[in-house]
Amino acid sequence: MNTPAAVRDLPGPQDLQAPVGHPQDGAERMTQGNHRDHGTPAAGGTRLSGEGLTLAYDRRTIAEDLTVAIPDRSFTVVIGPNACGKSTLLRALSRMLKPVAGAVLLDGRDISSAGAKQVARTLGLLPQSSVAPEGISVSELVSRGRYPHQSLLRQWSAEDERVVAEAMSSTGVADLADRAVDELSGGQRQRVWIAMALAQQTPLLLLDEPTTYLDLAHQIDILDLCARLHQEEGRTLVAVLHDLNHAARYATHLIAMREGRVVASGPPERIVTAELVEEVFGLPCRVIDDPETGTPLVVPAARRRARRPQVAGHLS
Amino acid sequence: MRTATRTATRTATRTGAGTGKGTGMRILRAGPALSLRFRPRALAAAVVCLLVALAAGVVTIGSGDYPMSFAEVLTTLTGGGTPAQDFIVNELRLPRVLAALLTGASLGLAGAVFQSVVRNPLGSPDMLGITQGASTGALLVVLAGGSSTALAGGAIAGGVLTGLLIYALAWRQGLHGYRLVLTGIGVLAMLTGVNGYLLTRGKLMEASRAILWITGSLDGRGWPELTPPLIALAVLGPVVVLGCGRALRMTEMGDDAAHALGVSVERARTTALGSAVVLVSFAAACAGPVSFVALTAPQLAKRLTRAPGPNLLPAACMGAAVLVVADWAAQNLFTGRQIPVGVVTGLLGGCYLVWLLATQRKAGRI
Repeated sequence: MNTPAAVRDLPGPQDLQAPVGHPQDGAERMTQGNHRDHGTPAAGGTRLSGEGLTLAYDRRTIAEDLTVAIPDRSFTVVIGPNACGKSTLLRALSRMLKPVAGAVLLDGRDISSAGAKQVARTLGLLPQSSVAPEGISVSELVSRGRYPHQSLLRQWSAEDERVVAEAMSSTGVADLADRAVDELSGGQRQRVWIAMALAQQTPLLLLDEPTTYLDLAHQIDILDLCARLHQEEGRTLVAVLHDLNHAARYATHLIAMREGRVVASGPPERIVTAELVEEVFGLPCRVIDDPETGTPLVVPAARRRARRPQVAGHLS
Repeated sequence: MRTATRTATRTATRTGAGTGKGTGMRILRAGPALSLRFRPRALAAAVVCLLVALAAGVVTIGSGDYPMSFAEVLTTLTGGGTPAQDFIVNELRLPRVLAALLTGASLGLAGAVFQSVVRNPLGSPDMLGITQGASTGALLVVLAGGSSTALAGGAIAGGVLTGLLIYALAWRQGLHGYRLVLTGIGVLAMLTGVNGYLLTRGKLMEASRAILWITGSLDGRGWPELTPPLIALAVLGPVVVLGCGRALRMTEMGDDAAHALGVSVERARTTALGSAVVLVSFAAACAGPVSFVALTAPQLAKRLTRAPGPNLLPAACMGAAVLVVADWAAQNLFTGRQIPVGVVTGLLGGCYLVWLLATQRKAGRI
């Protein structure tokens, strides 16, 4: 599958009608409830995993018998169409949502039986909907990340101070320390929230759509920051992303979901294929090599409208 | 590279200073196990409010049909007055001022908790029906011809039951601010109707006693009436301020963010709200449903401290100051006769509410 050719796969007309995989892909084709798994994390181990999870809001079931493992020290990205359960999975992994059945294991222990602060010292989460209290300064918001390390009599140790300063400088917001968070731009604000999560000093960090509402340049900026935090500090990152190409470029491990099931998981260059994208998103496409990074790049097929006639290149 | 070094130096300076610069916080450390962090401005605001409350209390004690100077009141309070002064100060006027201090502090604290949980400056126990519930309980006792002790009991039971009712109606896999407000407003409307009905049922004597109570008045409060709110505040004050303050501050960033930081969101919220409901009920049992203090005190405190967070302690001190000053005004500003303190707080609070709505609307927050 790891074809170096620029054009990896161009689905023929028959594929468009039959959205289930390709014949040549038979060995890796998924069957119900059993997904393709490339690059099992067994060798590296996993500190965080979900076993046989059934996830539901009220009576609406989002996922049934879902099993995932987050490889240690990976930058895992969860992708899938809207309402496929990827954010729900992240909520369950961060004990925000209690599974109806199954368990989330953190270091081999059921996460729901551990103390809230204890979990918060191992596992951080950057939620999608955080509110900066009115008028709060950047350094104060970041310092709130120290909460799980503090107590009534230990409100602000020298260690807290050092870690907060470090978190602000490694996210590039140290110069904004005294500014009010409300005054910042969207990209800066997201950096501040990430700094807060970093100040929590957790070996595992989950990010729920960290690039939503940002323009393209700031999306890349935030993803570069995540990649650096992953590489330099050896943290395990798990992010939910919407953009498949961003996911393929930055992730070391990809989990593709559809309708509450994991369809495929593994390194992007092994699992991102035209069949997979069509299967997960229902979108016919080509997968080519990203000219910048060599990672898979998904180019949606032109539908309905005929291709535009080639215009002679005045610009070139 | 140069930028990096500069940032590092600046950070080092900040660390070295140890004052938590930029957060406006001061830090006290004794070894690695003990470190306290506080906001000098917030502490100063609380102290100033408390001093204002105490000074206004002394002035209030000195005013009336038998006027006394500031110094005379202080001398009498410390046991150096004539027997007549001693009687007037320690038996007649001091309990009333203490009642104002205690109920004001309870209302301010409870209001700060409610506004923090609901994330709205309008979320206060008198907007959500808790004080109306206390009134219903008290009115039932009045109509049954009960004693003033029974009346206090009725007010406490009414407030707490209303709190439980709202909790039961609003709880759905956790307590959410918005649903709490809507449920509370519904309950408020219902109880207002019930109270109106109860008033029409009463005989003239009962009805006038009920009307006076329902406006909120501190007139004739003596030592026995002080004990319940004192105990409530002494027990629940620390529970709320020390036990839930830090967690409430975290939940202002959203439940998810607080949860991720290891806050037991539901537990902190339920404890704080439950305590606030009990505090409001005990305050109502002592002074009647004094309106708007719980709404205004936290907002005024916030404007003084200019700090994010629920500002619990400053709000409590501000509540005390507001109610003592309002009670002084109720006794002295209107020539000829005293008016119930609830009328003054209602007038002040009404003006404040209109102002708040106007400015918040301009700022696009409501």
